[in-house]
Amino acid sequence: MKVEQISIFLENKSGRLADVAEVLAKAGINIRALSLADTTDFGILRLIVNDTEKAKQVLKDNGFTVGKTEVIAVEVPDRPGGLGHILAVMKEQGINVEYMYAFVQRSGGNAVIIFRFDEIEKAIAALQKSGVVILKGEEVYAL
Amino acid sequence: MIWNEEFETLPREALEALQLKRLKSLVERVYDAVPYYRKKMEGAGVAPSDIRELRDLRKLPFTTKEDLRLNYPFGLFAVPFEQVVRIHASSGTTGKPTVVGYTKKDIDSWAELMARTLSCGGAHRGDVVHNAYGYGLFTGGLGAHYGAERLGAAVIPISGGNSKRQIMIMQDFGSTVLMCTPSYALNLADVMKDMNVDPKTLKLRVGLFGAEPWSEKIREEIEKRLNINAIDIFGLSEVMGPGVASECIEEKHGLHVFEDFFIPEIINPETGEPLPPGERGELVFTTLTKEAFPVIRYRTKDLSRLIEEPCRCGRTFYRMERITGRTDDMLIIRGVNVFPSQIEHVLMSIEGVEPHYQIIVNREGALDIMEVQVEVSEEIFSDEVKVLERLARRIEREIKDLLGISCKIKLVEPKTIQRSEGKAKRVIDNRKL
Repeated sequence: MKVEQISIFLENKSGRLADVAEVLAKAGINIRALSLADTTDFGILRLIVNDTEKAKQVLKDNGFTVGKTEVIAVEVPDRPGGLGHILAVMKEQGINVEYMYAFVQRSGGNAVIIFRFDEIEKAIAALQKSGVVILKGEEVYAL
Repeated sequence: MIWNEEFETLPREALEALQLKRLKSLVERVYDAVPYYRKKMEGAGVAPSDIRELRDLRKLPFTTKEDLRLNYPFGLFAVPFEQVVRIHASSGTTGKPTVVGYTKKDIDSWAELMARTLSCGGAHRGDVVHNAYGYGLFTGGLGAHYGAERLGAAVIPISGGNSKRQIMIMQDFGSTVLMCTPSYALNLADVMKDMNVDPKTLKLRVGLFGAEPWSEKIREEIEKRLNINAIDIFGLSEVMGPGVASECIEEKHGLHVFEDFFIPEIINPETGEPLPPGERGELVFTTLTKEAFPVIRYRTKDLSRLIEEPCRCGRTFYRMERITGRTDDMLIIRGVNVFPSQIEHVLMSIEGVEPHYQIIVNREGALDIMEVQVEVSEEIFSDEVKVLERLARRIEREIKDLLGISCKIKLVEPKTIQRSEGKAKRVIDNRKL
């Protein structure tokens, strides 16, 4: 039910994002989804890729600080209120969304959104109970 | 093991008698042979005959780096040049390097001192000494080399640099004793990690580290990461090179000054007054036996204090506390004295923070701004911004608690702070004062 995400520490220096892209490109790794959180001094790049382990290794070999986190990929119906329903479930359960970002690819007719919750197991249970479709890791890497 | 049982365990009284005898002879020699010293002594109204007891040492004027610079390159040599068999020079960060010379007997004493140092760290015949101090004008490489040979160990004169090759040689040659700067030891630990070499598979047992100030925290880090005992050794080229003082492996607390060769003093760096026993101040050395390049009351600019209590290793020499800073790397920020070692202490007390940092000082308008750059290791990295920001704020708060001044923590990518293969550059002061 969980998806592996890698995160990369980036200093706010020109060209660092390009460096990451280049390292991944050379290793033949395909980026599935990404989000960049930035502050005045640094940024955190979060990626879903088709080969998490390999991506982590090549980035580390190139001197980046890399972390791995588990997130959830949820199918969200592409209509008004689609996202609202999911967030309402979380609110009810008292689960916090640390951050979220959308997938470029669709799954069938639905949008795919990556969520990082503070309580991942509880979130999965609550979402399943309310009929929300959670994508498996393999499904997401292959989208 | 004590290398020279006879001298290293002399009762204080006998030691002081020996020091006095050697001091008198030194002052006479220098007065006769070096016009510059004679002039300085005359200026201070003191003659060799005024040295009647050890206390009289303080009548003599100090020698400073400036004196050495004024006499560049050979002006303070105290023997005819044909007796000089070796010349070393310290890196001149400002202006010309400091040049020192050695006679055959000086080289011999130096080897004795370094053999003592190695023994202090528990090294012995049969050890494989991996000497990664730089060979060349720097005294570290050759100083350690001769001492290890005197000890009867097998020396690998690897010098600095090319860490991957160093680690391969450690594996293949079975190095047991490592000699280098503490920052290079950490660099080797980093490279081992990158190469997936487990230090436990090496034969390394002990490391003798010096040539730059380091802290207890860094010792813990080195000991843990390299799986060795880390010993602090001390020396400076103006006085001899390495081999002036060394910790013993029994205590690892304070460095025994080889007092039959050197007299240490602690003075108030502002007034030049000698401080009472146990007080912290600037370390000053007088060389008792050196022929080619003796120094009288040389001001090291290093901060330390002397420990007079007996040590359980049996050596009777006083110990100097590990160097905690330098009178000249002290930063004055908004009127507050700041030593890089204090910043380091804060950083190392936080789980996962690595001792790779740099202090950058700028002046904006009339205000000093201190920024501390800290590398983000995997241990402290998080995918959440708030976790990293919380960490930065925590370091800022702890520095403020310790120093009373605020600073800005900037998190930087690993290995962006320059890794020295020699001495670590901790401070960049951009203020135009």
